[in-house]
Amino acid sequence: MKIILAVIPVAAIICGIITGRLPEVSSAVLDKAGEAVTLAITLCGIMCLWSGLMKVAEEAGAVKALSGLLSPVVSLLFRGLEKGGRAMQMICMNLSANILGLGNATTPLGIRAMEAIQEEEAGYVPGVESPPSGEASDNMIMLTVLNTASLQVIPATAAALRAAHGAERPMDILPCVWIVSAYSLAAAVCAAKLLGWISRRRKKRRSGGADN
Amino acid sequence: MQITDFIVPVLFAGILIFGFAKRVEVFPVFCDGSAEGLKTTAEILPALILLLISVGMLQASGAVELLTQLLTPLCSAVGFPPECMQMVLLRPFSGSGAIAVYDGIAAEYGADSFAGRVAAVLLGSSETTFYTIAVYFSAVKIRKTRYAVPAALTADCTAWIVCGLVVAAIMGN
Repeated sequence: MKIILAVIPVAAIICGIITGRLPEVSSAVLDKAGEAVTLAITLCGIMCLWSGLMKVAEEAGAVKALSGLLSPVVSLLFRGLEKGGRAMQMICMNLSANILGLGNATTPLGIRAMEAIQEEEAGYVPGVESPPSGEASDNMIMLTVLNTASLQVIPATAAALRAAHGAERPMDILPCVWIVSAYSLAAAVCAAKLLGWISRRRKKRRSGGADN
Repeated sequence: MQITDFIVPVLFAGILIFGFAKRVEVFPVFCDGSAEGLKTTAEILPALILLLISVGMLQASGAVELLTQLLTPLCSAVGFPPECMQMVLLRPFSGSGAIAVYDGIAAEYGADSFAGRVAAVLLGSSETTFYTIAVYFSAVKIRKTRYAVPAALTADCTAWIVCGLVVAAIMGN
């Protein structure tokens, strides 16, 4: 991530010079800084709403019930999290919001899930090595990757835009969206599992070398 | 009206009523959770600023158009309409940017054209990868994201590769 954040501005400046659009690049810096604050304010209300609702749902036991339903699938993807624990519950909530296509609700729930994973793993997870703080764990990456691949069943935004542009049947892209989503989701899970395995092996080899 | 219009209000009311039924102190508990949301927003704002500035610079510089031209030959290999290349490049960074690109494609080629359909399918089957990674990891103060970016990009690349083929196979050119 930090490499990408370093490369983008440099690429933008070079391209700006080539295309002669450096003035636009320069004004983009200031405009977007303001836009980020506007976005954060919009997000803030939604974030507070869902964090509050989730707390009520949690206290009422609704979260536990739902995560019971999803946990067989979820526990295949996440290693070593306590069954029925808070992290598992939050992951299930986040994934349900994704599937329902709740858009902005998924971010607050995802963040709650990340925090719960961190809380559980940083202290007392037997069997899984607790990563040094500041470094992502396999479970955190799995959750993030699932969130970057689209789990949404009804692509409401895409359909609404199609309707706005006069598509005859806006929802007729549904089968295509499902198939493409399934492919990219499968690729995401496989890539995360494979890269996780490689990185664990490498880490093991490195610590093994230190012992000798 | 669509089913999706019901989900949010029904969930909102449903959760609160369920809380009442289970004798949860709904008001203080909600406020408690809400306050956490406020804190989280403040924590992710710095990452948001950095990301939006980077993306804005890239968009303004014309880098997306340059990359599109470079990648056009690759598109024909997987039957992907080069008109939609901008969508592929912007989607991982910016949701509103991707919508703007879709608007452009649909206005120029029509919503029911091959390019229009491919763009809509891409919009519906992928997410703003970098935004998600930046926000999620900055909320838990993680700096080293390890293999999160390559794994997430594998998904985006897969969507790009299969999208043209799937749309052509199911809906025709």
